[in-house]
Parts: sequence; C-alpha cells; structure tokens
Amino acid sequence: MGVIGEAWSWLATGSHWSGGDGVWHRLGQHLYLTLVCLVISCAIALPVAVALGHIGKGGALAVNISNAGRAVPTFAVLVLLLLSPLGTHGDWPTVIALVLFAVPPLLTNAYVGMREADREVVEAARGMGMTGGQLIARVELPLAFPLIMTGVRSAAVQVVATATLAALPGGGGLGRIITAGFRTTDTAQVVAGAVLVAALALLIEGLFIGLQWLLDPMRRRGGRTAVAGRRPPADQAPKAPAVPDPAG
Amino acid sequence: MAGQSCLISNDWICGEYVRTRSQELTDATVQHVWITLASVAIGLVVALPLALLARRWRVVAGPVLGLTTVLYTVPSLAMFSLLLPFFGVSAAVVITGLVLYSLTILVRNILAGLASVPEEAREAARGMGYGPVRLLFGVELPLALPALMAGLRITTVSTVSLTTVGAIIGYGGLGNLIYEGMQSYFKAQVLTASVLCVALAIVADLLLLGVQRLLTPWARSGGAKARKKARKDGKRARTKARTA
Repeated sequence: MGVIGEAWSWLATGSHWSGGDGVWHRLGQHLYLTLVCLVISCAIALPVAVALGHIGKGGALAVNISNAGRAVPTFAVLVLLLLSPLGTHGDWPTVIALVLFAVPPLLTNAYVGMREADREVVEAARGMGMTGGQLIARVELPLAFPLIMTGVRSAAVQVVATATLAALPGGGGLGRIITAGFRTTDTAQVVAGAVLVAALALLIEGLFIGLQWLLDPMRRRGGRTAVAGRRPPADQAPKAPAVPDPAG
Repeated sequence: MAGQSCLISNDWICGEYVRTRSQELTDATVQHVWITLASVAIGLVVALPLALLARRWRVVAGPVLGLTTVLYTVPSLAMFSLLLPFFGVSAAVVITGLVLYSLTILVRNILAGLASVPEEAREAARGMGYGPVRLLFGVELPLALPALMAGLRITTVSTVSLTTVGAIIGYGGLGNLIYEGMQSYFKAQVLTASVLCVALAIVADLLLLGVQRLLTPWARSGGAKARKKARKDGKRARTKARTA
C-alpha cells in the first residue's frame, strides 16, 4: 500500500516535526488542552458526583446527563460555540466543549461507584460512629475508586478525541495535521496525522489504566492486612455493562 | 430588524432558511439516516458471530473484547482518516468506521445478554429436542433481547452523533451542513442541522424502544410483578407438564 509508505516517510521527515505547524508544537497544544480541560472537568464533576452519591440522590440526573452527552454531536457543539459570541475569545470555545463532553463519564461513573460501595460496609462504618465526612473519605471513596478512575480514563480519552475534532473549526492540536492534509489533499499527511492521534489516544488510555492500578487504595490495603482474602468483591472493577432486567 | 430577512441578518433561528433550503435539509437528513442504518445493521451482523465465537472459545473472547476496546479509543477523525487509503473518498469510509465503533458495545451487550439466559431454559429446550441453531434463535436470542436492544439503542444514538464527523470527506449527512455553515459563518444552517441531528437521535432511540417492547411482550408490564407472574406461570406449566 503506497500511502502507508508515504505516511511513514512523512513521519520520518524531520522538518514536519519542528516549527509552528510541526508535530511537537501540535502535540504540546493537544496535551496542554487535554490536561487543563481534564482538571477543570474533574474539579466540576467529581465533588458533585461524590456528594450526590453519598446522599443517594440524583441518580436520574447522572444517567440522563450521560445519555444526553451521547446524543449531542461533539462536532455540532464545537461549531455552535465557534459561531456564538464566545467564538472570538481564542481557545475558550474549545475548552468549554471539551469540558462539556468530559463531565458526563466522570459524573456517571463516580456516582455509580459511590452508590455501589458495599452497603454493609458503609452501614458498619456508620455504626462505628463515623461522621459523614469520615464515611466519604475512609470508606466510600476508597471503595468507589476503581469506578471513579474508569470515569477519569473515559473522560481523558473523550477529551483527546474532542480536542482532535476541535481542529475542524480551527483549534490547535494534532487534529490540525489531519485537517491541513485534507485541505491540501495530501493523503500521506492525513494518514500520518491520524496515526499520531490514534497513538496518543491509546497511550493516554494505557497511562490511566496504569495509574488506576498504581493508585488503587484497596490494592495497597490488600497487601498489608490479613483479611484481604475475605474481603467481599465490592471493590472489584466495574461489572459487566448495566444490563436491564432480563425477563423471566 | 422588522421586515429584514433573517438570512441577511444571520440569525440563529430562521424560518426562511428552513423554507428555502428544505430540499437541502431533506437530502442531508436522508443521507444521515442511511449512513446510520447501514452502519448499525452491518455492525449487528458482524457483532453477532463475534459474540458467539467469544462465547464458544474463551481464547477468542480476550482478543475480541480487547481489540474492540482499542478501536473505541481511536478518535473519530483519526479513524476516518486511517480508513481513507483503503476506500478512497466514499461513504464506505464513514460506514466502516462507524461499524468498528458499534462493535464494542454490541459484542459486549450480546455476550451479557446470552450470559443472562437461565440454564433451565436451555436445558428445557434441549430436552424438547432443540438443536443448537434452533436453541440459539428460538430461546437464547429472544431471552438476550433486552440486553441486545439496550446495546443497540446506545450504539444507534452514538452513531447518529458520530456520523456528523463524516463531513470531513463530504459524507456526514447533516454534518455536511454544519461543516458548510462553519465555513460561511451561517448560524441558521448550523443550528438547524444540529437540532435535526439531536432530534434524529431521539427519534431513533424511541423507535428502538418501541421495537423492544413489541419484541419482548413478556417484559412489558416490567418490574418484579411480571417476573413473579412469569415464575408462577412457569411453575404452573412445569407441574402441568409433570402431571400430563
């Protein structure tokens, strides 16, 4: 396949990596946008989800937000924000769109994680006289951690993908290499850019899987205490997709 | 403002736009619908055997689930770009990309649905002389329908939304109008196409919900009551079978 070879030689050409349109600069923009938006979305979504999960209210909200996030096209939101009065304010339309699409997975997963924290353990902790704050910090959050991190990982992947699309209305990031390739009908450049974007997305996904494993409080706890083996599997990674009631 | 055309003042909401460009809007919607339909249909046809293979051989399950997850991680713009050399500029690029995305959820949900089939139902069917094919289509798949339909609804809604990105090669349905509107700063066109796109997703979701209710009449009254009744009916049928 000729195009694959051409894409490879595009990537192997040093001049494509330097300068304002170069890969390094675009990668830097992409990572910066991803990090900033991920931090903003976590700061918005996680406290809300943890609070709602703790008091056990707002489940419908968590589900509906994630359904709405799926139905609304990212591309449409990016363009709508660009044409809105915000459009003249540099990166703001992109940042807002990225945050909007990162919030649903964060909110839903963290909420479900808090709700699925083993009720018996929570009741026991309450019976021991733990206050609400202690309950959240010492019991619910550690138990919800795997799902919270799953949410953060989905959000990160979502942000990387949305940041790529942001190149269509003229935002920065690796997507610009693809769109520039389309503009000049340079298929080799399009494919090279796509390879870079896909690699970045997979790398981010892998990075967060690693982080999830490294940071899991129950994993460390399990290493130290003897009761680890008897622990109910409530802290185990998310179950199969939520399957509605099988009939019969 | 009075009397001035909303097309000239570039308003967000413009009845005149909808009236004068109704043909363009219809064409884009039709393209959107057929790209979505083709993608979801092909996705279903591919996902079913994959799920069956993954269920039959555990060795296959890992790679199938892993690969579909990896595919899901690839951003849509990159996915379409990577498929471009294989298909050239055609609807096949968009449809193939969307099919690959749909596999993740469809395969998982079909597997979960099949796993939820009670072993007794399988045993009963085998006892009645059902072969593997009849068992699958007559007993297992109908019982797996709720999970399958849930997956189908999620897939369809996200496919409607992702189709817009196909605009990069001119096969994005309503996305094409959003793309053109973006280039010419045509607010009414962008908003109308976006709203139509969301409406399309909602209509598709409701239609599938209706199909699901038609196909699974036993689950219609929903909840524990229906299940209890089904169990009771089952028990009655079983005792009847024993006495007969």
